[in-house]
Amino acid sequence: MRKLLEMLDRVDRRVIYLLMALSVFIPLALRLSYPIPVGQGPSQDLFKAIDSLPSGSVVLVSYDYDPSTMPELQPMAVALTQHMFTRGHRIIAMALWPQGASLSQEAMSAVGDSLGKAQYDDWVNLGYTVGAGVSIVRMGSSIRAVFPQDRDGFPYDSIPLLTRVQSLRDIDLVISLSAGDPGIHAWVMMAGDRFGLPVGGGCTAVSAPEFYTYLGTGQLLGLLGGLKGAADYETMVREGRGNTPAGLATPGMAAQSISHLVIMAFIVIGNISYLAVHKRRKGAPK
Amino acid sequence: MRLFLPLVITFICGIVMILHFFIPHRPISTIGDGLTDWYMIVASAAIFLGAANLVQVHVHRINTKARNWKYSPVVLIGFIAMMATGLLWGVEETLPFDYMFQTMIVPMGATMFSLLAFFVASAAFRAFRASNWRATLLLASAFIVMLGRVPIGGMIWKQIPIISEWMMQVPNMAGQRAVMIGAALGVVATSLRMIFGIERSYLGGAD
Repeated sequence: MRKLLEMLDRVDRRVIYLLMALSVFIPLALRLSYPIPVGQGPSQDLFKAIDSLPSGSVVLVSYDYDPSTMPELQPMAVALTQHMFTRGHRIIAMALWPQGASLSQEAMSAVGDSLGKAQYDDWVNLGYTVGAGVSIVRMGSSIRAVFPQDRDGFPYDSIPLLTRVQSLRDIDLVISLSAGDPGIHAWVMMAGDRFGLPVGGGCTAVSAPEFYTYLGTGQLLGLLGGLKGAADYETMVREGRGNTPAGLATPGMAAQSISHLVIMAFIVIGNISYLAVHKRRKGAPK
Repeated sequence: MRLFLPLVITFICGIVMILHFFIPHRPISTIGDGLTDWYMIVASAAIFLGAANLVQVHVHRINTKARNWKYSPVVLIGFIAMMATGLLWGVEETLPFDYMFQTMIVPMGATMFSLLAFFVASAAFRAFRASNWRATLLLASAFIVMLGRVPIGGMIWKQIPIISEWMMQVPNMAGQRAVMIGAALGVVATSLRMIFGIERSYLGGAD
């Protein structure tokens, strides 16, 4: 038994890596899926907030992330876009992170094309802006001053969707999909607190805890936290829509479930061997 | 003069931006908008500065055959390829810039971040020890939150997601709020020190 515990204590890290890889690969390969019950919480709050907007509302979605956090945040972007388009809302996309502009284009054009939504009438991608919070403050008085043209170079004034959108006060809801700074903090402080806009958000699982303060005060309408938040949202969007194919996040939840269990198993094993070694050292004659 | 001028500029800009927050009317709003426009121009210029610095650093590494210099040509080739395709053909979908972004940068970026899972697992195994009651409390909380964030947690016991959400909304929120208020007070204090010229380390060198 002692030898086994010592062996466990010195397990090669490559064994851990291999088991982690298998815990992700096998559920995805076998297409394992678990039901995703969506209870009351920040995901549902965001869904309800978007659902309650009148058709034709203008929603600004800020893509404040890059490819490194895309596996968590892009499924949110796709599910949110699907929901907003099916509710008849119009979307203005922009990015406070340089690579967010291309990711937004990918999500918007894919969902827009599948639902028959036209660029410049139903959605537009303004692209990336430098300046983070300062740019948001400037958008409070003029969006055109920050984005004189869209990502593809079309002048702001020639875009039909933007004819009645002059400043942030003409936006009905802001959603920031954020992987860090600048992101939700900037939107809550500048667009929400300063200009009174309702703000919702989506973020990586690791950064979700810090935004619960804003949920508690009502500064955030709702929040999608990590892949779980994205899967919750996909589930709500799919409800009542028959055999709609699962989104990008739902299949990943099985892999995440198993990998969490594997990490927990490693922690338990590590602690058992630690306690055994600790106990033996205590009992050893000095 | 080298010290006086930046301090005066910081003082004027800082005071104008504070007034801009509290008095959103002319002429303060016009001046404030002008300053924000200038901020964006300066920030855009900083991108060029960053690009020039990137090229300079990696050319130097190649010239001096510094450690791991063989990676530097890859950085430079990637940088020049992305910049050239973006400038020549634009960034719209189906064009070379977008193709390279979608087929190279996206998978490579996602892969790099995904590697974190392996390091987290290895680090958790070696370092996450119930060595005292505080560490044990942290360990128990981590288990509940980890299980509460995945569907299998609710399948093990229906109360796990509820307890997990309570932990996020009550103890976590209290702690986060304390951190946030502390940080905000620090930002206010530092900003005022900079505006009034007490804090000068941002000018370079010792204060």
